[in-house]
Amino acid sequence: MKIRATAAIMECLLEQEVDTIFGYPGGTILNLYDELYRYQDRIRHVLTAHEQGAAHAADGYARSTGRVGVCFATSGPGATNLTTGIATAHLDSSPVVFITCNVGESLLGKDSFQEVDTTGIAMPITKATYLVRDPQTIPDVMRQAFAVAATGRPGPVLIDFLKNVTAPDVMIDYEFVPWNQNRACSSIQALASSHALKAPEPDQGDIDTLVDMIAQSERPLLICGGGVVRGKADQVFRKFAEKLDAPVAITVMGGGGFPGSHPLTTGMIGMHGSQASNVACAECDLLIAVGCRFSDRVALDPATFASQAKVVQIDIDRAEIDKNVLTDHHIIGSAKRVLTLLNEKMPQYDHTAWKEHILPMRAPSVAEDSPKLTPQQVLEVIRLQAPHDTIVATDVGQHQMWSIKYLHFDYPGQLLTSGGFGTMGFGLGAAIGAQMGNPDKRVVHVTGDGCFRMNCHELCTVEHYGLPIITVIFNNGTLGMVRQWQSLIYGKRYSETTLDRGPDFVKLAEAYGLKGFRVTDRAEMETAFAQALACGSGAVIDCVLDIDEMVRPMVAAGSPITDFLLKEGSK
Amino acid sequence: MKQTISVLVENQAGVLNRITSLFSRRAFNIDSLAVGVTDDPTLSRITIIVDNGNSVVEQVEKQLNKLVEVIKVRTLDENSLIGRELMIIKVSANKSSREHIMTICSICGAKVADISPTSMTLELSDTPDRVSTFEDMMRPFNILEVARTGVIALQKGGGKI
Amino acid sequence: MKKPLDTRRKLYTMCILVEDVPGVLSQVSRLFSRKGYNIESIVSGATDKPGIARISIELIGDELMIDQIAAQCRKLLPVKAVKILDEETCIRREIALIKVSCADRVSRDEIIQLVNIFRAKVIDVAKNALTIWVFGSQSKNAALIEMLEDFGILEIAKTGTIAIERGCNTIYDESKLKEEYEYGKNVL
Repeated sequence: MKIRATAAIMECLLEQEVDTIFGYPGGTILNLYDELYRYQDRIRHVLTAHEQGAAHAADGYARSTGRVGVCFATSGPGATNLTTGIATAHLDSSPVVFITCNVGESLLGKDSFQEVDTTGIAMPITKATYLVRDPQTIPDVMRQAFAVAATGRPGPVLIDFLKNVTAPDVMIDYEFVPWNQNRACSSIQALASSHALKAPEPDQGDIDTLVDMIAQSERPLLICGGGVVRGKADQVFRKFAEKLDAPVAITVMGGGGFPGSHPLTTGMIGMHGSQASNVACAECDLLIAVGCRFSDRVALDPATFASQAKVVQIDIDRAEIDKNVLTDHHIIGSAKRVLTLLNEKMPQYDHTAWKEHILPMRAPSVAEDSPKLTPQQVLEVIRLQAPHDTIVATDVGQHQMWSIKYLHFDYPGQLLTSGGFGTMGFGLGAAIGAQMGNPDKRVVHVTGDGCFRMNCHELCTVEHYGLPIITVIFNNGTLGMVRQWQSLIYGKRYSETTLDRGPDFVKLAEAYGLKGFRVTDRAEMETAFAQALACGSGAVIDCVLDIDEMVRPMVAAGSPITDFLLKEGSK
Repeated sequence: MKQTISVLVENQAGVLNRITSLFSRRAFNIDSLAVGVTDDPTLSRITIIVDNGNSVVEQVEKQLNKLVEVIKVRTLDENSLIGRELMIIKVSANKSSREHIMTICSICGAKVADISPTSMTLELSDTPDRVSTFEDMMRPFNILEVARTGVIALQKGGGKI
Repeated sequence: MKKPLDTRRKLYTMCILVEDVPGVLSQVSRLFSRKGYNIESIVSGATDKPGIARISIELIGDELMIDQIAAQCRKLLPVKAVKILDEETCIRREIALIKVSCADRVSRDEIIQLVNIFRAKVIDVAKNALTIWVFGSQSKNAALIEMLEDFGILEIAKTGTIAIERGCNTIYDESKLKEEYEYGKNVL
């Protein structure tokens, strides 16, 4: 059947069961938006205030739903505005298909208006890029792009269509093939033959070796990494942890992979890791990391990291093995499959003595009374009042670390945070995406005053689409995390980190047509949050905090993991 | 039409990436590319063969000239250049076929570089056409693996880049 | 078991089989420039299979560094196979075209004599210049170039080194490592 090339692009989106797109139109992508107009009953488009917001929203949608996010942008500045969002998705292995349009073939490479080498720019921050010059290849490219984004280690993919490819008079051959069948289409077949696409089976020998290593271990430690979340392996991981009867440390990206309230949890590991996690890491004799790449925020000093232990890495991406920390053993495969096989072969263990040594080091999780509002109080109010399955999107900095420390995440996709790239301004976009993809769930956006200023214009998107997102600002009037480093390492020289400036966030919220609250103590926070939950629209709560609040504990970058610069709980 | 572009560049990290992205940006493919140091160890010479229209090559030549690390660019036309290519090829060989392969080698001027009970590794340096002919001749013997350098070229006569 | 790594810096040749699509060279060379590594030489040329190119890259480094780059390289979609060869296990060849000036008949004769010793060939003659074609190992070519320097070298074009493993092993050989890399790339 012959159909318009642009219609084929829309049909290909429908093949993948895409119902929501985030984006921003412009000159070169006009043809695509014209087609979208005809498809508006089947594909919902969310117009953001800025392409970066659209990219984060598609990312947040993908992380919270486990489906592939889709984002549209025009050429030139539209495409370059996406780059922060693409890199954020890339570092956190989030499956997003970015679709941009470029100038026509005849203008390509001539520094034409709004022309830039989009695929060249995106190359280092995507799993794959496609420049489409021949309309006939549209179905194959689209199908392959979605397959690449969603399979293996997921990640962002960029497709750049030349404008002449999307011209309204271009007709191509097309036939609708649902995604689970189009995996047999010719281009994926070609990929399959060259790359041996298959349902992978982890190596049995590798599994047996690990089972033996576990049998000989007396002090095992498990790390729950982002791979558990992305691979939706939370159930099997929990079973594995309980069978192994070992403490479980959770990385930032692993939040949601293992219940935060589980008796085996030791909390976060690494730079702001808990005493329990970091000491366990230093003293264990077997470290099993699942879907964790030992970033420099976890393995601060690779030379002394888990120095008493045999290190075992379970990952889907072979390139992560031995990249940051040299390992003793590894198993390649999806977390779900590897852990299922391990669960079948492994007996129930009892490591009571080891647990009794580690687990009591955990800090009490109840907020202390204080006349001034504290970060822990704010988060405790959220934890107690918000529904159990509330999705939390954070930005980057102190509030991010506090959120991960004091809130509990119980399922993959409940915590949306920029762990690898550390993108300030990620949270609001991600919250929008999450709310679009999960209309029945409550979404709370936790942010700091610095981060919020970066992308607060997306409040107009929150208002326009009637999203009941609650933004909680940890307003300490400073770039808190940077100030913390300046306090501890740079002799209290607070160079350009004090944010003693507007706007008034309550008035800002009201200007966007949302509810605004300012709170200065716990009681006010409780009232404001209850009102925000009940008001039915989006709300902004400005929490006034002390400028010198710090994230505890803390280990300096590059130091051994138990050399605490700041201890837990101490003032 | 195939075009040969010779580029003299500073020998440092990232130069090659900048040059190849000039081609990929315009979505055209490089047939072959060879980089080797010159008599001056701080300089490399890159020989690129592309199969594209004239105007495109002119565009790229201009863009190449703009790069800070590029010292000289020259497009060589087919009639005035001397081009050579090198190939190493591994073919299956047993007692009975070995002699046959040796005969073809001596006709084409190829040398045997390595031998094992089941294979032979041959090397040949010549014009690209003759290298391709030799490869075709080897095809019936079951080619295991081939590595070719792509063409390098100098202008005929006394002129230089 | 922590595998023993060769920490000596030495010359490695990385052979990469790629699909011949626009941008593939950029994708590969980017991995080196990203880490600030300069490469000794790089060659991209055809193979016996249409649409498949073979990139040979020479660089000096230790095993850990080479392994990491190879790992990143294997992740790229157009990359089909990667093989790391070191000096002892492979045959390495390059060609050089050298244009050398010769002012008079005496120096021309001397040059031709040198060319014969090195089993090189003169492929173009002009009044005041000779173009010489030499092929073989890198050290042999370097030796000839050094000898010719006395006469005044006008220009040189070299291919960079291509390499192939000794014996009957090839880059296409299946291995557990190759299997492992394919998991992360595309798993349906």
